[in-house]
Amino acid sequence: MNEKLSQIRQSILVGIEKKATSRATAFELRKQFLDSKNGEIGQLMKEMKNLAAEDRAEFGKQVNELKKWATEVFEDLDKKMKEKELEFKYQREKIDVTIDADAQEKGNLHPITQMRNQLIDVFAGMGFTIYEGTEIENDYYNFTALNTPADHPARDMQDTFYLSPEFLLRTQTSSGQIHVMENSKPPIKILSPGKVFRSDDDATHSPMFTQMEGLVVDKKITLCDLKGMLDNFVKKIYGEDTTTRLRPSYFPFTEPSVEVDVSCFECGGKGCKLCKGTGWIEILGAGIVNKKVLENCGIDSEEYSGLAFGIGIERTAMLKYGINNIKLLFESDLNVLKQIDDN
Amino acid sequence: MLVPLSWLKEYVDINDIEPSVLEEKLFSCGFEVEEVIEIGKDISGVVVGLVKECEPIPDTHLHVCKVDVGQPELLQICCGADNVAAGKKFPVALDGASVYATAKDHKTVEGVMKIKKGKLRGIDSEGMLCSGVEIGVQDGMYPGASYCGLLELSDDAEVGADIKPVVGLDDYIFDVSITANRPDCQCITGIAKEVAAVLDREYKAPSLEYHEDSVTKDGFTVEVKAQDICPRYIGHYVHDVVIKESPLWMQRRLALVGQMPISNMVDITNYVSLEMGQPMHAFDCDYIEGNKIVVRRAEDKEKIVTLDEQEYELNSNNLVICDGVKPVAIAGVMGGLNSEIRDTTKEVLFESAKFARDNIRKTSRALGKRTDASAKYEKGVDEYSTFNAMKRALHLVEELECGKVSCTHVDVNTGNSIEPREMKVSIAKVNRVLGIEVPTDEIVKILKNLSFDPKVNGDELTLMIPAYREDMESYPDVAEEVIRMYGYDHIVDTFLPDAQVTMGGLSLKQKKELKLKKDLCARGAYECIHYSFYSPSDFDLLNLPEDAPERQAIKILNPINEDLSIMRTTLVPSMLHAVSRNQKKGNLEGKLFEIASRFIPKSLPLTEYPEEKQTLCISIFGDKYDFYTLKGIVNAVAKSFFTDFTYEKAEKTFLHPYQTAVIKHGDKEIGYLGKVAYEVAEKLDLRTGAFICEIDLDYLYALDTKASFKPLSKFPSVNRDLALLMNKELSCGEVEKTIKDACKFITDVKLFDVYEGENIPEDKKSMAFTVTFTPGEEDFAQDSVDKYVKKILGNLKYKLDVDIRS
Repeated sequence: MNEKLSQIRQSILVGIEKKATSRATAFELRKQFLDSKNGEIGQLMKEMKNLAAEDRAEFGKQVNELKKWATEVFEDLDKKMKEKELEFKYQREKIDVTIDADAQEKGNLHPITQMRNQLIDVFAGMGFTIYEGTEIENDYYNFTALNTPADHPARDMQDTFYLSPEFLLRTQTSSGQIHVMENSKPPIKILSPGKVFRSDDDATHSPMFTQMEGLVVDKKITLCDLKGMLDNFVKKIYGEDTTTRLRPSYFPFTEPSVEVDVSCFECGGKGCKLCKGTGWIEILGAGIVNKKVLENCGIDSEEYSGLAFGIGIERTAMLKYGINNIKLLFESDLNVLKQIDDN
Repeated sequence: MLVPLSWLKEYVDINDIEPSVLEEKLFSCGFEVEEVIEIGKDISGVVVGLVKECEPIPDTHLHVCKVDVGQPELLQICCGADNVAAGKKFPVALDGASVYATAKDHKTVEGVMKIKKGKLRGIDSEGMLCSGVEIGVQDGMYPGASYCGLLELSDDAEVGADIKPVVGLDDYIFDVSITANRPDCQCITGIAKEVAAVLDREYKAPSLEYHEDSVTKDGFTVEVKAQDICPRYIGHYVHDVVIKESPLWMQRRLALVGQMPISNMVDITNYVSLEMGQPMHAFDCDYIEGNKIVVRRAEDKEKIVTLDEQEYELNSNNLVICDGVKPVAIAGVMGGLNSEIRDTTKEVLFESAKFARDNIRKTSRALGKRTDASAKYEKGVDEYSTFNAMKRALHLVEELECGKVSCTHVDVNTGNSIEPREMKVSIAKVNRVLGIEVPTDEIVKILKNLSFDPKVNGDELTLMIPAYREDMESYPDVAEEVIRMYGYDHIVDTFLPDAQVTMGGLSLKQKKELKLKKDLCARGAYECIHYSFYSPSDFDLLNLPEDAPERQAIKILNPINEDLSIMRTTLVPSMLHAVSRNQKKGNLEGKLFEIASRFIPKSLPLTEYPEEKQTLCISIFGDKYDFYTLKGIVNAVAKSFFTDFTYEKAEKTFLHPYQTAVIKHGDKEIGYLGKVAYEVAEKLDLRTGAFICEIDLDYLYALDTKASFKPLSKFPSVNRDLALLMNKELSCGEVEKTIKDACKFITDVKLFDVYEGENIPEDKKSMAFTVTFTPGEEDFAQDSVDKYVKKILGNLKYKLDVDIRS
């Protein structure tokens, strides 16, 4: 009988070596020996009755050992086969990962919208709401109420498109200030983004561009508040190391008026091509709201004061993304639109 | 404005100030220097030389010279100029010097060249004798500057000295930009006053003194008929005029700012205009008829020939200066040829006047004639300068000894004072604008330097504002004056310490817009921004009939050109051009959208605000897209607003006759979509199919639909497939709607097959739908879905004559 046991042991080993090429054949092999009904090892037990009673215990023990051994061998075999098959599956799915990806259909907001949203985020956090005026304005809101009467030389600063003697395409989003101040009481904190128009069409000017006007009217607003607020803003947009500089300028609707420069974010103020060697980049115009403008809107200029600023969104976006020609922003060239994804 | 440093030095002592420091100071007090031009920057290594010996070189036009340049040894230099001679002084470019190279005409500069020792016709030459052009000396800067031979230097030039100070090349010109509130700084003295103030130095005003003799021009009168646009007119008669060249110093200053010196009388008017900011004019009295000047509006079609020999036809919008008979000048723009100063002029009438700035601006624009004078008048000339400029001109007549000042002086004044006016401001208010406390003695010093003559009494500051500071109105103006001189670097950062808290953020409408844009991007579309105006020919592009409502567009009265002259009434043309541009660049596939206003006038010409209708335009183009791709995106628009659209077949002049639909929300038509018609595509050279839609967003923004959750059904949905036989012309939408309307438990109807052909009558087609029924609170009873199906089929038969396909 012992001979039979070693025979089985031997045929298991030979079977594994010769037949077990996959999990399925290994399973068949296992069934041949370990199937609970017809397995060769199970069959041995049936032969027990042919043995002498005293040998039965020893034989049973040996069969059990064989069974235990075979079970382990087959489990081990199954594990190996599984690994082998997985390995094979992986091999079969081998690809060249350097082949170009499938195109993903995802569009972008316009760079101007992206920039506009970033600016809105910063100022919304400071408590600004957003007011969008109309592109067609009348002369009063665009000029007269903003302290720019008919014979004012500042009308020359902006070449205006007229639609009728009274109506025009707004030359500045500042016109929104007046509508807001006429219709609400301080405290006022608004941001007024929108398209504006000037009769200028050359390499660096587009007849339509986008401005964002900011206005704060409250008690005790000072030039220091203006600087503090804008300093806060430029740090959020251009980085925490950015600093601001004010210098005198002139707008009819602010007094004092300033131009605001930021330290060059390209060279950190050392001087480079972007800042033309000055270390500073002009980004916006601002000032303390002219008393007359407040009074034109029925706001008591003794009790309240205000600050206002106007940002050119194209310029801000062009500086931030390195876009070298303003015309590119209005040509809808997918080669341009696909590049800027900074939402 | 061009400001030569040497000229500025006449009014303020800045000999010790570096040009770069002066630039910085001007910048800090509000005068941006756009460029600093160093006159002699290309010239180096040129000194004054004295020719000691000068011998002709046989058989050539050359001379060989021995030149003293202040060195121990004389230099040997060969020279071809015709005016070279022993005993004369010339500029000498030494070995290694840098001078201008000139063309064969000896006048045109063709770059910079280095001078090296060399040989000419085999003879050693150790440098070069130079002409004026070669060292950058222009006409008027030095006598003989433009002579094409050598520049002869005056006898007192020191041999061996650097040439630059000798010929005035050691100068700088500042190109200063002047803001619109400071017309008083459109002149050299205006800038000089600011420089003096910012440097805390004395301003030395030019002399205004002159002496009238007893000569009069009898009967001479000035009549200002248009006082509203000519508030002041001053005329002064000068006799015994001797016309000649003006002195070198005056010619030089005019030349430095690009003004051609002409003759003493004309140069005086130009000089005073540059110096004092008041445009002036000089008339030859011999050509003034009727012994009078009349300032009036021009008559319609009245003509004048100006100094530059151009003829203009005028109208009553233009102001003219006339004599007793005819116009002799276009006021504030240019004088007339008829009364110009000639070599023979013996009597001159000087004019110094103030004209309304917008009148001059309009005339200048209308005639297309912009002059130095009109530019100044447009920005504004103050009467203080009008008054003083005449004095200055008369002073210069005496100084230049070119005429005698009569006592015929006419001053027509509408009553404006040129005396300083008093202004009282609170120091506390000034500081409150700034947000810092500027020490009172600093404030006083600054305002004193600006000639405001400040007096302090407690918090009250009393100022005397000079008449030329028309911009000074109230305490914020004073605050600005103080801080621009005190320095903006004193302003500290604060963040609204006293302000009330406000809630910020987007409005509901703005949030909806942004969501829509992001939803469209998520479908692969790129946002575009196009101009709000386009060409009238864009309506022709769309094949719109003459009476199409889109053609009722607002026109720009003064467009840049015809292509940018019409306010958009539809966004489609801009979008189609964008598609076309992309295809020309090889982008043959893409999705674009724009959200912008269409401008719908309530009346034309505009008498009230037009409607600005927020509109969405989407276009997709490329071979892989079809009508249904765009329709899918339009459905996504509906989803963005938490609603659904329906579609009906429609027609548009620019869209495919069988691939066009109107978009409806309920019964409301809110837009359309379709394939771009082949005729239109051809005009745009499109290489693939393109699809476009336009949707009214104002309507959608106004919907009060919002995101909401429907409880999930506890019971499973049931699907039934229905194969239907119907008339060929019947649309899927009509069938779908009829099915949906038949039963409230239907949650979806989906077309899965369309068939025409074999086994189907010719005029019929088969459409197969999967209808999904979803139970509500209770599960469907055994046969209820069958009942619903029966009802659906009944309705289809009754309403649309649709049969179930057997």
